[in-house]
Amino acid sequence: MTSDSWPLWEVFVRSRRGLSHTHAGSLHAPDAEMALRNARDLYTRRSEGVSIWVVPSAEITASSPDEKDPFFEPAADKPYRHPTFYEIPEGVKHL
Amino acid sequence: MSTTPVTSGAAVITGAALALGDDALVLSHRLGEWAGSAPVLEEEVALANIALDLLGQARILLSLVGDEDELAYLREERSFRNAQLVEQPNGDFAHTIARQLYFSTYQRLLYGQLASGDGPFAGLAAKAVKEVAYHQDHAEHWALRLGDGTDESHRRMQRACDALWRYTGELFQPVEGVDVDHAAMESAWLASVTDVLGRATLTVPEGPRTGAWAAGAGRQGLHTEPFGRMIAEMQHLHRSHPGATW
Amino acid sequence: MTAVTAGTAETTGAPGVSDAAVAAEQAAYEAVFDAAVAADERIEPRDWMPEAYRASLVRQIAQHAHSEIIGMQPEANWITRAPSLRRKAILMAKVQDEAGHGLYLYSAAETLGTSRDELLDKLHSGRQKYSSIFNYPTLTWADVGAIGWLVDGAAITNQVPLCRCSYGPYARAMVRVCKEESFHQRQGYEALLALSRGTEAQHAMAQDAVDRWWWPSLMMFGPPDDESTHTAQAMAWKIKRHSNDELRQRFVDIAVPQAEALGLTLPDPDLRWNEERGHYDFGAIDWAEFWDVLKGNGPCNEERLSRRRQAHEDGAWVREAAAAHAEKHRVDKHHAEQHQHTGKHGEAQA
Repeated sequence: MTSDSWPLWEVFVRSRRGLSHTHAGSLHAPDAEMALRNARDLYTRRSEGVSIWVVPSAEITASSPDEKDPFFEPAADKPYRHPTFYEIPEGVKHL
Repeated sequence: MSTTPVTSGAAVITGAALALGDDALVLSHRLGEWAGSAPVLEEEVALANIALDLLGQARILLSLVGDEDELAYLREERSFRNAQLVEQPNGDFAHTIARQLYFSTYQRLLYGQLASGDGPFAGLAAKAVKEVAYHQDHAEHWALRLGDGTDESHRRMQRACDALWRYTGELFQPVEGVDVDHAAMESAWLASVTDVLGRATLTVPEGPRTGAWAAGAGRQGLHTEPFGRMIAEMQHLHRSHPGATW
Repeated sequence: MTAVTAGTAETTGAPGVSDAAVAAEQAAYEAVFDAAVAADERIEPRDWMPEAYRASLVRQIAQHAHSEIIGMQPEANWITRAPSLRRKAILMAKVQDEAGHGLYLYSAAETLGTSRDELLDKLHSGRQKYSSIFNYPTLTWADVGAIGWLVDGAAITNQVPLCRCSYGPYARAMVRVCKEESFHQRQGYEALLALSRGTEAQHAMAQDAVDRWWWPSLMMFGPPDDESTHTAQAMAWKIKRHSNDELRQRFVDIAVPQAEALGLTLPDPDLRWNEERGHYDFGAIDWAEFWDVLKGNGPCNEERLSRRRQAHEDGAWVREAAAAHAEKHRVDKHHAEQHQHTGKHGEAQA
């Protein structure tokens, strides 16, 4: 075994309680345990986080930009999903 | 510089603060020597974090008993009270990790005990014990990977553990003013280190845990040769400009 | 849908399609790309992009990342000699940040399908550059202050516009870097101020450092616009937002009053306010020196690169060990899981 290169990991950080984890960046680590520790040192050294996820970059399945239209456009013509679609008489409150 | 009233109680606290503070100061300095030379970029960040935690501890401890800079930069070699373990040169990464494993395991037990007491170091210890727990975790994870990695890393890690073994006994020599059960700490330390080395497929070194006249030597101001060169480098600029502020 | 493998380039065009069809498809992609750039939208890793855009970004991001890690050396040179514990903590944190910035930037480059190993190889073999400024030595403690104030100041002037760079991952990395850099510049300025207001010897040390770092800092913005090979295209792609000379002028205008507040002079007899232009005029830069250092004849080129190579080579056994350990235990874990699975299965059957 002579390989000295480590796989790439994507790092997600929850910046404070009540918020979801957001993508912070990536790093290299030999395994998940070290990836977590490296992520803690790199992405939270200015108290940027309270919780961290690490995911091997190779394990992420993503939508392709080519599928942009079929994936995301059909949602654009369904304005009735949004509250602003509905007209409410003036003066009605708590709706 | 704050002046502490000269009573025997204060002298005891001074001695204790210097022992703990010098440990942190000197180990931080050694870790700082890695900057730019770590085996991988991620490890640059990790080692610097540990060095910064230790330097922070040192500054609090030294400031308890005097001016931090006077104490760090104007004392002679024989006045430093750190254990000899922390002044040992970095060597290869395995030596640095072995030193970290031995020292952080000790420091975690020490601060754990101090934090649960009500002595002058309880406040500092309560904060520092969290930092040190992370240092121990870091050392342990690397010890496992180096011990149980390749043949070469195993050989290097075993060599490092063996070489530093004889500096570990000193850590458990009672220090006046450091109110902990040193004997209990020592057995807990041995159990913890034995467990980690075992899981890392390494052998617990067999040699004596103190050199012929090394027991408690650092704490009494007797250091090893590399230490003199280390503080010469550390102090030279500060001493070249007496009275200057930076 | 496909798995993202470390930002590998999307390959387009299926085999067996005619050349004309491929060309048409290519043109369509290009139109989408151009429109996105024109509309100030960000290009993201899996979007189609012209190969030259990709190559240009890789070159620039790599050079930037290399500069961060080579740039650790001149400052790390003073960590062990920092004159107070406060300064020592600040310097350690700063050098650590530079490692961090290197990491953010290598990550951004990886989204373009170039691994960090590849980039490091190119750095180590001299096929990719880093900023020439780091080929100058740090001779005194005041150099640490001068680097923070002038070198980081010049870097920030260059980098703030990059936060709006058209390539998303680079722009995001730069946002993070710029936030952290402002601490770097301020600590440098503060360190120089302490020296300038200190003893006579300290003041002289500060002045000497500023004298040595001023001109190389101006060179950091790169050759004049009419000699810069990459500027026009990089600006068209919105990788770069301002020309070298524009940024250099901006930096001079900011630095002059800062030097006055420091009580230090800048080593340029031609430096004076030009009412008409609304800018400071400054003297001619010694471009011969710039090109000479760039070609490898700077005071520390050899030293910086060999130290970097040495660290990488010395670390190989450590990286190998961790990789080997992960491999062994990945297999262990796999077996353990299978075992557990069978166990459960058995239970369910029982």
